Amino acid sequence: MSDLLWWVFASLAVGGAAGTVLGRNPVASLLSLVLTFFSLAAIYILLGAHFIGALQVMVYAGAIMVLFLFVIMLLNLGHDFRPDLRKGAWLVSGFATTGLIFYFIWRSFAGGEGLAMGADPLLEKAAEGGNAVSIIAEPLFRDFLVAFELTGVLLLVAVIGAVLLAKRRV
Amino acid sequence: MVTNSLVLAAILFSIGVLGVVVRRNAIILFLCIELMLNAVNLAFVALSRAVGIEGQVFVFFVMAVAAAEAAVGLAIVISIFRHSETVDLKNFNLLRW
Amino acid sequence: MHHFEPFLLGAIVLLPLVGFAVNGLTAFLAPERKTIPTVVGPAVLALAFVIALTNFVRMLGAELHEPIVRSYWSWMPVGSLQIDAALQLDQLSMLMTLIVTGVGTLIHIFSVGYMKADPGYARYFAYLNLFVFFMLVLVLGASFPLMFVGWEGVGLCSYLLIGFWYKERKNADAGKKAFIVNRIGDFGFIVAMMLIFSNLGTLDYVEVFDAAPAAFAYGGGVITAITLFLFLGATGKSAQIPLYVWLPDAMAGPTPVSALIHAATMVTAGVYMVARAGVLFALAPVSQVVVAGVGALTALFAATIGLAQYDIKKVLAYSTVSQLGYMFIGVGVGAFAAGVFHLMTHAFFKALLFLGSGAVIHAMHEAFHHTHKDWDPQDMRNMGGLRKYMPVTFWTMWIATLAIAGVWPFAGFFSKDEIIWQAAAHAVGPFAGWYKAIWAIALLAAVLTAFYMTRMMVMTFHGENRTGAAEREHLHEVPAVMWVPLAVLAVLSVVGGWVNVPHAIADLPVLGWIPTSEWLHEWLHPITEHADEIMAANLPALAEAAPLGGGEAFWAITSFAIAVAVIAIAFRIVGSRQYRPAVESPEPVGLARLLYNKWYIDEIYDAVVVRPVVNASKALWRFVDQGIIDGTVNGFGYASRALGWVGSRLQTGQLNTYAFAVAIGVLILLGFVAF
Repeated sequence: MSDLLWWVFASLAVGGAAGTVLGRNPVASLLSLVLTFFSLAAIYILLGAHFIGALQVMVYAGAIMVLFLFVIMLLNLGHDFRPDLRKGAWLVSGFATTGLIFYFIWRSFAGGEGLAMGADPLLEKAAEGGNAVSIIAEPLFRDFLVAFELTGVLLLVAVIGAVLLAKRRV
Repeated sequence: MVTNSLVLAAILFSIGVLGVVVRRNAIILFLCIELMLNAVNLAFVALSRAVGIEGQVFVFFVMAVAAAEAAVGLAIVISIFRHSETVDLKNFNLLRW
Repeated sequence: MHHFEPFLLGAIVLLPLVGFAVNGLTAFLAPERKTIPTVVGPAVLALAFVIALTNFVRMLGAELHEPIVRSYWSWMPVGSLQIDAALQLDQLSMLMTLIVTGVGTLIHIFSVGYMKADPGYARYFAYLNLFVFFMLVLVLGASFPLMFVGWEGVGLCSYLLIGFWYKERKNADAGKKAFIVNRIGDFGFIVAMMLIFSNLGTLDYVEVFDAAPAAFAYGGGVITAITLFLFLGATGKSAQIPLYVWLPDAMAGPTPVSALIHAATMVTAGVYMVARAGVLFALAPVSQVVVAGVGALTALFAATIGLAQYDIKKVLAYSTVSQLGYMFIGVGVGAFAAGVFHLMTHAFFKALLFLGSGAVIHAMHEAFHHTHKDWDPQDMRNMGGLRKYMPVTFWTMWIATLAIAGVWPFAGFFSKDEIIWQAAAHAVGPFAGWYKAIWAIALLAAVLTAFYMTRMMVMTFHGENRTGAAEREHLHEVPAVMWVPLAVLAVLSVVGGWVNVPHAIADLPVLGWIPTSEWLHEWLHPITEHADEIMAANLPALAEAAPLGGGEAFWAITSFAIAVAVIAIAFRIVGSRQYRPAVESPEPVGLARLLYNKWYIDEIYDAVVVRPVVNASKALWRFVDQGIIDGTVNGFGYASRALGWVGSRLQTGQLNTYAFAVAIGVLILLGFVAF
């Protein structure tokens, strides 16, 4: 059953990605990407990363894509129906490179016997009395504390930078 | 499912690369970059199912950084638009020097 | 036997070099000052001659059997090749040194008068001194490379002096021709040196001539090749067929230069070289007959051309080529002493003839200068009857003419006769027929020699004067500084042959009056004995009679009689002709025209050799030098530019381009991982 679901969501993800790349105007591309994000969130949950799946929807589809949409509307780009795909040689070489990259990546792990699916972390944690959040929280605040704090600083810097860059007059 | 997810991640990544190469609209270019980041996230999550929980922790960080980068990047796009009324990349060749 | 220590040997060679330096500096800094070159030029030569004479006198009493080699420094130690800057003093080099310095001094003194009015006075003496320096290196060098240094050096000085009045195109071209034609001969010399070194491992005379008889089979291919290449060098320097063409053109230089370089010394370098390498030539009978044959042909060929020339210097030039042919007959048949003997006597009378002609030209030039007539002062058709005006020159030149024609008791009689006799005597063995032919050609050439020399004398000094009434008043004898050397050379032309009178004529009436000595043969014996031994071991004994019968005494008398007869006949024939001045004379026709135009050899060379070489060079220049080499070098420039252009096209400033580049990079890295 979960396999079937996986295939459904995978197809949706790929379709959405294709729509992003080939979409005619920015809003259409953005909405396709949102579709991809939702599909990916579903796949995360199927893979047992429930918290990450939730974060995917909240942060990516909810915050980042909304931000993009705000900018598109601010700049009034939503009416652009002119195609801005680079033509001819660009398209061909782009496809070729892309195809090759995919092929090389696939070859990198094609020879092996494939990775075995480990145990569902949430079920394990649930047996100990934890929940979906704590399986992320405990490593985060114990082993990766410094990285966590630095990420916070990074976000602060990003905020300051964004504000400064977007000001009309400095 | 893990292996299949990795293949899917590869496909999404490739499509993202294609988009970066062929599209001239800055916003859509950005969207394709986000697509690539998500492909990487998928790979991390899939591998974490096979190897350990650290994969998911790393995805957490990736998302945070992606958000920061999106914010700053869009601020730059706005500045560019204010400067030249367009976000079509064919008009910008200052990177030549 | 005394132990002989050479006295100031190096000084003999260095003195002319010092002269060159002093005169050269004068020419460079103060060319109008004539006193310094006047004093320094002849003085260094005279001093060198005195030192050489001192050594000679001491050598006479010392009975030297081995050459003395003084090595001054190690010049080229390269692996197994050791070449030292060394001088070798033996009987042959002593003789050559005396000739060079002695005749050279006289010519320097003559030049003081001849070049008095020339603005390049100091430069002239500088070059002349430099020439003597190189000539002495040539004859005193102890190894083939050192001889070659002198060889090249005299070639250089010859070029400088032929083109002395370089502002005229003709003179510069003549200098170039001499140098370039000589170069072909030099190639032969170098190849011979390489062959000698690769076979014997050394280039010093003493070692080469010691090792050669053992190392080379008699008549073998290697030694024949070596000697033929050496002879090629000699044909260039000593103006034999086929490389003689530069010598007549070389008459464009000042006449004392022609006397010194192109009569007495430089052109004899080839003869000296063959005499020096006598051992090598004795081992190669084929080369010997080639040398003698080429010499004989040249002697005859040049004599025919000399019959029809009107320029007095050209007659003497072809005469020199012809007499050099005689010398090569001498050293070719193996009579090295005879060839060197003729070299010595020829130096005396040919230098005299050239200096005399210089005096004549000087007088004619002054006469025409006074009246501003632009006739050629060297054309004999403009002369005539000069005996009245220039008696000393007249008498001395007749002495030289009698000497060259082979009239007893003058110098040429003994040397020329000995060569002709030796050609007959050596007509034994496998090449006997050739030597007989050579003997006959030599006789015929002697007849022609007597004829054209008499013609020259009659046209110049006898008969009516054709110079012109106004000019006649200005014709006079040359000053003492010029006629004294003529007189000295005339004395030498008389007695010079008396050092080597053959015993065979001791019992003859009249001819036997001069005491016989064969001194020169004995003097040069230590040099020639090794070659003589080789020839005696491999060839039958010498013939006692000439091909047409008769011994040495018979032919001595006969050739004397023939010479006198030809002179008388020529006197009658030429004296009875009516000559007009050159501008009024008709063009020669028929055979005379062919001879006057030197058998059109220069034109043939031009069409067959020079033109194709020049055209090939032009083609090479256009296709290889400009096309390929310049094309490649410029091509690199173009390629760099193109590469740069390609690189610049990568920098579009477009984000998509850069993203694509990154993707390519990723692809490459992935390729490494995947495979």
